[in-house]
Amino acid sequence: MTTRERTLRRQEGRAGLLLISPTLVITLVVVVVPLLWAIMLAFQDARLINIRQTGLLGNYTLENFTYVLAEPGFWSSLVTTLVYTVAGTALSIAIGLAAALALRRRFAGRTLVRAAFLIPYVAPVVAAAFLWEVMLNPQYGIVNTWLGEPIAFLSQSTGTFLGVQVPVALLTVIAFEAWRYFPFAFLFLTARLHSLPADLEEAALIDGATPTQRFRHVILPQLWRIIALLSVLRFVFTFTKFDDVYLLTGGGAGTEVVSVRVYDLLTSRNDIGASAAQALVLAVVLMVFLVIYLRFFSGAEEERE
Amino acid sequence: MSRDRFERAVLAVLRPVTIAVLFAVTAFPFLYMVMLSVRDIQELILDPGSLLPRRLTLAPYADVLGRQGFLTFMRNSAIVAVATVAATLLISIPGAYAVARLRFFGRRQVHFLFLAVYLFPAIVLAIPLFVLFTMLGLRGSLPGLVLVYIAQTVPVSVYMLRNYFESVPRGVEEAAAIDGCGTLGTIWRVTLPLSAPALMATGLYTFMIAWNEFLFALLFLVERRESWTVSLGLSQLAGGIEIPTTVLMAGSVVLTLPIVLVFFASERLLTEGLTAGAEKG
Repeated sequence: MTTRERTLRRQEGRAGLLLISPTLVITLVVVVVPLLWAIMLAFQDARLINIRQTGLLGNYTLENFTYVLAEPGFWSSLVTTLVYTVAGTALSIAIGLAAALALRRRFAGRTLVRAAFLIPYVAPVVAAAFLWEVMLNPQYGIVNTWLGEPIAFLSQSTGTFLGVQVPVALLTVIAFEAWRYFPFAFLFLTARLHSLPADLEEAALIDGATPTQRFRHVILPQLWRIIALLSVLRFVFTFTKFDDVYLLTGGGAGTEVVSVRVYDLLTSRNDIGASAAQALVLAVVLMVFLVIYLRFFSGAEEERE
Repeated sequence: MSRDRFERAVLAVLRPVTIAVLFAVTAFPFLYMVMLSVRDIQELILDPGSLLPRRLTLAPYADVLGRQGFLTFMRNSAIVAVATVAATLLISIPGAYAVARLRFFGRRQVHFLFLAVYLFPAIVLAIPLFVLFTMLGLRGSLPGLVLVYIAQTVPVSVYMLRNYFESVPRGVEEAAAIDGCGTLGTIWRVTLPLSAPALMATGLYTFMIAWNEFLFALLFLVERRESWTVSLGLSQLAGGIEIPTTVLMAGSVVLTLPIVLVFFASERLLTEGLTAGAEKG
């Protein structure tokens, strides 16, 4: 390398750092530093009234964690969160896959149908949740006028369906999740389906493979990767999701997910320390699940290869 | 009947049924939203099962925009969204260019940081930011909210732009450099004009996030009604019982319509931009 080349290279490095620095500064100030502070708050007795006296150093305690873990309702809300997340993720991906396959072949009006499929995902969550509330309202909701007996979908924690006890509100919230996020899976899967090489399927067709055989042995194996990615993304987003449940039920009727508890601790009880501890517990549980999943998945991947 | 014939016959029925059901559950609620927003509340209470309004009225819109203050909320949402788009683009364009083209210390680690920010739960960040904004007296102020939205949208924005910048031929940029353009000059005169569709798509994506966002708006603005965004306004007013459902439905339409329009406009624009590039070879 000549001196001139080295100077050019150094200039490039400096220009790169300079251009990326606004991005780094804003992530640092609004994401990284607050995150570190959240961790500190979780170990302090911090309330909104005494926050100015809570110094950076000193008075670290585990009390917040023992408090939130021992609180009645914490473990059940963790289970609710898990059920909500797993069911919401699985359903949204399954419906998204069905939608992508159904719209694979061209037909008149496909553009319109495609546009309609995307609206639940694009529409603001507040409007979508309010719409569901109105449509499912036991007094004047249109869905209840179709039923023989009105059901309080969003405020009834259990009910009997065909003689089986079912968690009504939780199932409704899960249905909302599937409805709102299947377009996300639909978009990803449509893009992947679009890029599949046609000759593999043609070869299978010539070999006499039936439609389900072609799906099972030709199409699905090429989709696993994207389905795995979608599962991770949807799981991560749903596990810590606050808006949907808060807006639909406020966390009542057996739908209290952990993020709603975090919000309640923060705003109605003004207990910042406990709220931060609760949020950290949620984040740690999420990370544990992710690690288990990635281990399991990479293991399965190696086996297949 | 052979298995193949049987499966084809089943699928020939199943496929249109799937399409019809999904179309109904996605399109009908939003049609219903519009239809509820143009009738009187009495009609809904007396005959909740009716689909079409017996008498069309725009009174709910007048009520929600005027008396309930949705005009103010829309102005707030527009200010927040436009400011977020401008700031996010301003920050992420140089960032994306750096990641796409320049070799600098820590370039690889940057991706990891972005992924982490993208996946990181907002509810965890909400706590320290809530405390900080309370201490600084920034609660109720729109610029504070914009700051949080910028941080939430910059990582994805950098990612989207980087992908596009990488597709701009290096030769064109090198020619500009030989002609005496500096790095910023090259970005401004060469890369950006070639990336117009990507800029548009990224900007609209950011606009959608900022317009739709709820959690931070709720935490930061709830005490000051005159600063409410449309999302927050609807959620707060829907909690009460004083305001008729039809009026709130008009509010939902006002909240939803801009974003649906923006989305479908951007979808077409994006495909148009891409095909225009393809025609030129």
